[in-house]
Amino acid sequence: MAAAAAEGDGYVRVPGGNFTTALQYEDARLPLRIAPFAIMRRPVTNQEFLAFVMAHPQWRRDQVATVFAGPDYLAHWRGPARLASGEQGAQPVTRVSWFAASAYCQGQGARLPKWHEWELVAAADATRRDARSDPAWRERILGWYARPSSRALPSAGAQTPNAYGVKDLHGVVWEWTEDYSALLVAADNRNQGDPDRNRFCGGAALSIADRDNYAVLMRVAMLSSLNGSDTTMNLGFRCVREV
Amino acid sequence: MRRVVPLLLLCTFIALAACNRAPEPATTGTAAAAQPATTGGSKGGDFGPPQGDPIKAVLTSPPNVPPATGRTTPAKVIVELEVIEKEMPISEGVTYTFWTFGGTVPGSFIRVRQGDTVEFHLKNAPDSKMPHNIDLHGVTGPGGGAASSFTAPGHASQFTFKALNAGLYVYHCATAPVGMHVANGMYGLILIEPPQGLPKVDREYYVMQGDFYTVGRYREKGLQAFSMERAIDERPTYVLFNGSEGALTGDKALVAKTGENVRLYVGNGGPNLVSSFHVIGEIFDKVWYEGGTHFQENVQTTLIPAGGAAMMEFQLEIPGSYVLVDHSIFRAFNKGALAILKAEGPDVKAIYSGKEVDEMYIGDRALPNLAAVATAAHAQKAGALTVEEQIKAGQALFSGTCSTCHQASGQGLAGVFPPLAKSDYFAKDPMRIVDAVTRGLSGQVKVNGQTYNSVMPPMGQLTDDEAANIATYVLNSWANPGGRVTKEQVAKRRKELLPVTAAAH
Repeated sequence: MAAAAAEGDGYVRVPGGNFTTALQYEDARLPLRIAPFAIMRRPVTNQEFLAFVMAHPQWRRDQVATVFAGPDYLAHWRGPARLASGEQGAQPVTRVSWFAASAYCQGQGARLPKWHEWELVAAADATRRDARSDPAWRERILGWYARPSSRALPSAGAQTPNAYGVKDLHGVVWEWTEDYSALLVAADNRNQGDPDRNRFCGGAALSIADRDNYAVLMRVAMLSSLNGSDTTMNLGFRCVREV
Repeated sequence: MRRVVPLLLLCTFIALAACNRAPEPATTGTAAAAQPATTGGSKGGDFGPPQGDPIKAVLTSPPNVPPATGRTTPAKVIVELEVIEKEMPISEGVTYTFWTFGGTVPGSFIRVRQGDTVEFHLKNAPDSKMPHNIDLHGVTGPGGGAASSFTAPGHASQFTFKALNAGLYVYHCATAPVGMHVANGMYGLILIEPPQGLPKVDREYYVMQGDFYTVGRYREKGLQAFSMERAIDERPTYVLFNGSEGALTGDKALVAKTGENVRLYVGNGGPNLVSSFHVIGEIFDKVWYEGGTHFQENVQTTLIPAGGAAMMEFQLEIPGSYVLVDHSIFRAFNKGALAILKAEGPDVKAIYSGKEVDEMYIGDRALPNLAAVATAAHAQKAGALTVEEQIKAGQALFSGTCSTCHQASGQGLAGVFPPLAKSDYFAKDPMRIVDAVTRGLSGQVKVNGQTYNSVMPPMGQLTDDEAANIATYVLNSWANPGGRVTKEQVAKRRKELLPVTAAAH
């Protein structure tokens, strides 16, 4: 199979296939079959998101419906249609709600990635499509968690691409997924052996299959703490397109 | 039983007839040492609905402890705690990204009274990367508040609990991965005072132990990342009191005056290690072991489990520095688990003399011989040292140190240890004795016509005047030529010669 082909417009084609997720669904049979898709090479930047709100003023921070975005939405910009600095333009956009991120992707004829699509691409390192069993892969991810977020974000796309040709899946920002709200990990995750089945209607309660995979665990914990209108200083997104 | 005995004794002295009455529970701080045999646990901890206006809890950063609540009725207490992720020093020139409750490690100290209704607000700073929550061991309810307080960055949560059990409790973050959140410093203490309060003391301090796991070695400079591998293997790089090496030493040492009663609130956040908590030079008069209701008396070292706490109280009698350690002692001297409590006040010689004698201890040397060494030392200081005093002191020092090999008779051991009696080795140059004593002697030497080839280690522990006394003793014994070596000569000689290197042995 040829290496993932660049689409020419910032998207990279990912062949999909069988994938073993670190998450464990009660009713799922592993491994999962993932259809081919195309994913943005890097996270969406402030500059790109600024263009989006200019074209769709209902997503400006002073015009957005509060049900779609909390008070901190794009609060790091100088004005509703103005960035704080030129440098900020190249940085990944953060402080975006799930609703705003979804709208951005829709405007591109795309959508947010599903968790498994994101996880599949993020399992790669620079040379291997699945590097998750390599302790170095984990340590590198945990290393980002260990860095204080008081430092300025790097520009999007500055890191080495992974084996799919996709950049910045780790080490820069968290990213929204389309199905983040289905990541129903119990709020007190220490009950993993005894999930609250009532809460999940006896259905798709999640637990972590690979307990060593802290890197994934923390991302899931992060996403599961959020509501769709929430924003944080470290949470951005990228889009995928069906192929 | 503990409370009944003193009260009965008191009755015996004051009014024998009154002993028929049941003793009343103590309500004042001073009488609080009279503990009930049982407090009834959580069943006895609900004193009804909160009374009066809600009170905002005073939170303190370590090593400070909030004042006693001083209340006799249950109240509604509002606690506001902010989670802050920040880079702070963990050792000299070494920083670490701590995750904190209130900006410090350990987190802010919370103090409420049993029966209080606590409205807890957990805020997660907007620039946090992680969601966090809090599990307070003093909370009755699943998760200790964890599920009710799961909070994304830039958000706040609220939950309310009634503090049913008195005691000193650990709180900590319980967000996945729990171990990493705890290892990054997310723990602190909440004190739930018993209804009658705790006995009054002069000083209260807050100390908490934790183990830390970095990718870099102990004291490797720069920002050090967390090592999940070392944490899982339970191989800490640092074991610390209050989150950094030097947090409680030097200018930041805990202070007290002699005659004062000090109470320590000591917790252990873990994540992995159990602490053998000890204060060098003090005996805990009382330890409320495991942070519970009853105390043990006269304790040297108390065990504090990870996720546990203890209160200890002691009176300081003697001025000086008392060293708080984890008596799993390599942690204290090689991983940082060390703090200082400095007591100021006048000496009390009747209890502790201070140093009365400072000299070498030599195993088989008879006690009376010590006197000669001390006499010589005093005479040396006074500038009135005689050759006779030197010889006597030298003899005492020789016995036990030199005599082991060279024999008390100075005859040595044929073929192995050269003789000192009537020795031609130093007859012409007495400083050769000094050299051998201070620098050791290895390799081939010829003494009185016989060749010896062995190793004498340098006696580096000997002071200049001790070496001079030994040399003088040897010169004046066993048909040696006599003479004298002075302290000044030894000092000069030591300076002239290069220090002995390890390679020489």
